[in-house]
Amino acid sequence: MKITDYIKENILFLDGGMGTILQSAGLAAGELPEYWNITHSDLITKIHFDYYNAGSDVVSTNTFGANCLKFSDTELDEIIKSAVSNAKNAREQCENKENKWIALDIGPTGKLLKPFGDLDFEDAVTVFSKTVKIGVKYGVDLIFIETMNDSYETKAALLAAKESRDLPVFVSNAYGEDGKLLSGTSPAAMVAMLEGMGADAIGVNCSLGPKALSGVVKEYIKYSSLPVILKPNAGLPKSVNGKTVYDVLPQEFAEDVNELIKQGVRIAGGCCGTTPEYISKLAEITDKTSPVKLTKKEYTCVSSYSDAVFFGNEPVLIGERINPTGKKRFKEALKSNDIDYILKEGIAQQEKGVHILDVNVGLPEIDEVKMLETAVCELQAIINLPLQIDTSDVKAMEAALRRYNGKAMINSVNGKQESIETVFPLVKKYGGLVVALTLDEKGIPETAEERVKIAEKILEQAKRYSIEKKDIIFDPLAMAVSADNNAAKETLKAVAMIKEKLGCNTSLGVSNVSFGLPQREVINSTFFALALGNGLSAAIMNPYSAEMMKTYYSYCALNGLDDNCSDYISFIETVPQVNTVVAEAKATVSVQSEEYKSELQHAVIKGLKEKAAQVTQELLNTVEPLSIVQNEIIPALNIVGVGFENKTVYLPQLLMSAEAAKSAFETIKKAVPRGASDKCSFVIATVKGDIHDIGKNIVKLLLENYGFDVTDLGRDVPPEIIVEKTIELHAPIVGLSALMTTTVPAMEETIRLLRQKAPWCKVVVGGAVLNQEYADKIGADKYAKDAMETVRYAEEINSAINK
Amino acid sequence: MTDGIFVKTYDAPPFKRNEILRYSGIKQEAPEMTKIVDECIKEATDKAVYRVCYSEISVQMENDEVDFGFAKVVSSDLSKNLYLCNSAVVFAATAGIELDRLTAKYSRISPAKALIFQGIGAERIECLCDLFNNEISCLKEKEGKFTRPRFSPGYGDLPLEFQKDIFKFLDCPVKIGLTLNDSLLMSPTKSVTAIIGIGENQCRTADIDKCGNCSFKDCEYRRNK
Repeated sequence: MKITDYIKENILFLDGGMGTILQSAGLAAGELPEYWNITHSDLITKIHFDYYNAGSDVVSTNTFGANCLKFSDTELDEIIKSAVSNAKNAREQCENKENKWIALDIGPTGKLLKPFGDLDFEDAVTVFSKTVKIGVKYGVDLIFIETMNDSYETKAALLAAKESRDLPVFVSNAYGEDGKLLSGTSPAAMVAMLEGMGADAIGVNCSLGPKALSGVVKEYIKYSSLPVILKPNAGLPKSVNGKTVYDVLPQEFAEDVNELIKQGVRIAGGCCGTTPEYISKLAEITDKTSPVKLTKKEYTCVSSYSDAVFFGNEPVLIGERINPTGKKRFKEALKSNDIDYILKEGIAQQEKGVHILDVNVGLPEIDEVKMLETAVCELQAIINLPLQIDTSDVKAMEAALRRYNGKAMINSVNGKQESIETVFPLVKKYGGLVVALTLDEKGIPETAEERVKIAEKILEQAKRYSIEKKDIIFDPLAMAVSADNNAAKETLKAVAMIKEKLGCNTSLGVSNVSFGLPQREVINSTFFALALGNGLSAAIMNPYSAEMMKTYYSYCALNGLDDNCSDYISFIETVPQVNTVVAEAKATVSVQSEEYKSELQHAVIKGLKEKAAQVTQELLNTVEPLSIVQNEIIPALNIVGVGFENKTVYLPQLLMSAEAAKSAFETIKKAVPRGASDKCSFVIATVKGDIHDIGKNIVKLLLENYGFDVTDLGRDVPPEIIVEKTIELHAPIVGLSALMTTTVPAMEETIRLLRQKAPWCKVVVGGAVLNQEYADKIGADKYAKDAMETVRYAEEINSAINK
Repeated sequence: MTDGIFVKTYDAPPFKRNEILRYSGIKQEAPEMTKIVDECIKEATDKAVYRVCYSEISVQMENDEVDFGFAKVVSSDLSKNLYLCNSAVVFAATAGIELDRLTAKYSRISPAKALIFQGIGAERIECLCDLFNNEISCLKEKEGKFTRPRFSPGYGDLPLEFQKDIFKFLDCPVKIGLTLNDSLLMSPTKSVTAIIGIGENQCRTADIDKCGNCSFKDCEYRRNK
């Protein structure tokens, strides 16, 4: 019988601990247990055999750490071969051979994925793929990915398993006492991602005993339509007279696990500290043949690395600002690869209270595939909101979905056959909630009825790809009411019909409705209110629009979705009551400006970001942009810079001033987008192997302040990339940063390569472990002890060039 | 997977504002600075985690070689630190990945705040180590033993390479989600591994002054210069 059929009708028992038993048999701490498949094959076989006889239906091979990061390719093959053969021998010998399966056990790599670690996502996929392929070759029945404590690594492993072969895949994560993975992921978010990607069973193992894990397990049972796995430890380890003992004994363990089986767990076993005795007790008291019935859960949701966002109850706000359409400054940022600008848009929208960020970086002049992938990776590293991947380029969509850490929202598919055939396979493979536009080859139908018909057709097609209704959200398309007086009415009607007739969620790009009209916010927010009243689940909208946010908060308050109206109250307190604010601002300005030459200088020196931007904006009405830079900002920066060099100003203050200056520059840039830098280019990077970039970022900020055209290659940058960029820009200066003694050799190698390939460039180095002596030794042109010294050096080089 | 390795999770120890200021390089706190330091502390409060994994093992020493059972290492500074010790607690502690995320986030929008989050991270992990270390010291004191100031790879002549052995022994990635990259940097970055020497009688005591024994006299962060 196939295991996937068996679990439909029965409780499935897994095995218990392996490491615990090996250690009592003499495995030393730190010794790799995978070697024992070869050196102690009888013992390993005996352990599997004991588990089968105790009642385990599945045993996992002794391959937890068997991957090519720890073993050579030949060793890996040898180890997995022996491991599978040990399990097979045990199965041959055990009492009842029928319905006994062998799982290829896969644990974490022990490496953290980029950007916070040094293992690239695709490399992680490759590592897992190798192990999976060897396991499949030697004839395992299923893949068991377990003890994963990072959602991103879990995704890499599951993707590898799904891509390597069509075997059943079970995925189990290790949760901490706080009910989250070490990567900060909640059970609901994990369920969303793993179900979306097509795991066959999901659940939890290790870290704690069955009682302590029950909260997490219940979350799994609540959200998952798949069989839920529970494989807890025998409680917590304690040291008694130098020996390690676990505090939950077999009887109690079996009772606790059985209690959760009664609540819906379908697949059970044990982890650290458990032995065949635990499994046999569990088998003894559990009625295997009458599991709680599996039910399909109808939650519509997306997830980030940390949380899930649900649709259908409270309205979901999707921030629309990461999109170049009609935005000069955004287009400029895309062309110059200014990722920080995109990140700032993301952070600002999160602060305004959106639940999801739409990410659209399509621009004819750029490589959208690369840009979308980069934007998604950078956003998900620092923002915990789910993303809506918004592109019409299927390649870009796949690149972004692949790297996305969670279950993404996908924008969009439509009724055209071509769209269905290209987008649905991606939804199926990577998981996701897909936005379906109600248009087809004939365009957008005028009436609501016809749009619903397209929706029905899309649902029909989705079935063919085994995509569930809950994973489709319809956008019945808001059209300009200025062009067609009935446009809004039909859209509103379609929203209601899709909800009532099809039982599906809806989303709208609200602001289209007001196209061509003055004071668009007024129309938008009223339309938004009407759509919400008709049952709209989500809106792609501008969170900077106070009118839209007012509508959202008042709708929630009026519909019993805001306890004690507290969200409404705290929101409304932030809405400026225009008259008083202006008066206050004026008052503070006049008091402070007396001591300084000008308000802008004062703002920069004191590090007042908002004020620097505001004063610059006012100055732009009367003063030339270049004159603001030369007569106001640079002199102010110089005052602070000299103070820093004289040790009267400290680094954090210097940075606050630099930030204020930057916000003034940003304001000028908005007014004059093509205000190209007037100084030479400067390539900056943290060298390969080093992930510390705060120092590098400080130097970059100051260089930008002083007008240098800085290209920041990031951290952990291989020498070849630095050289390539330096040649491409013919950059006269390269700045390299390293924090650790262990990464200084990478710096040396970079300099060596630069000398060879880009002999014209000057290299300035800095970082905690560096000093003049080191810098000389590795052949740098300049050692800069701090950011200001780098600026001074760059100025020297720049004026030498301009002479 | 490994037996004899214990994991502990702590509640947040109180923030030491002066330490945060010291690590952030803030020598005088201007009002503008007070505001952003407060904001940063507030934001970091429920982001940091406090996890430790550890094991107690016996140690043997011959000349400058220290034998931990799981590995041997040559270091005269560590040998001096462990003089008269016959066992040690080896531990790894982390304040978690969210602090790295905060620093990464703010280095894009506010380097001043990023710098302060670095300071907060340094203060958090030190507080966690102190908390754990005190617990061990008190416990050992009750058993009539003494403990030594904790000693980490990279201190004195104890090679950073020794990190690899500690990571393998403590199974840090699985136990507390702490990883080591090829350049021997730890991720999450706000993490510490260290050895606390333990001896059988009261002939040695812990040094209270954390900086006093360090040979790096020009250190910017040195206490009581």
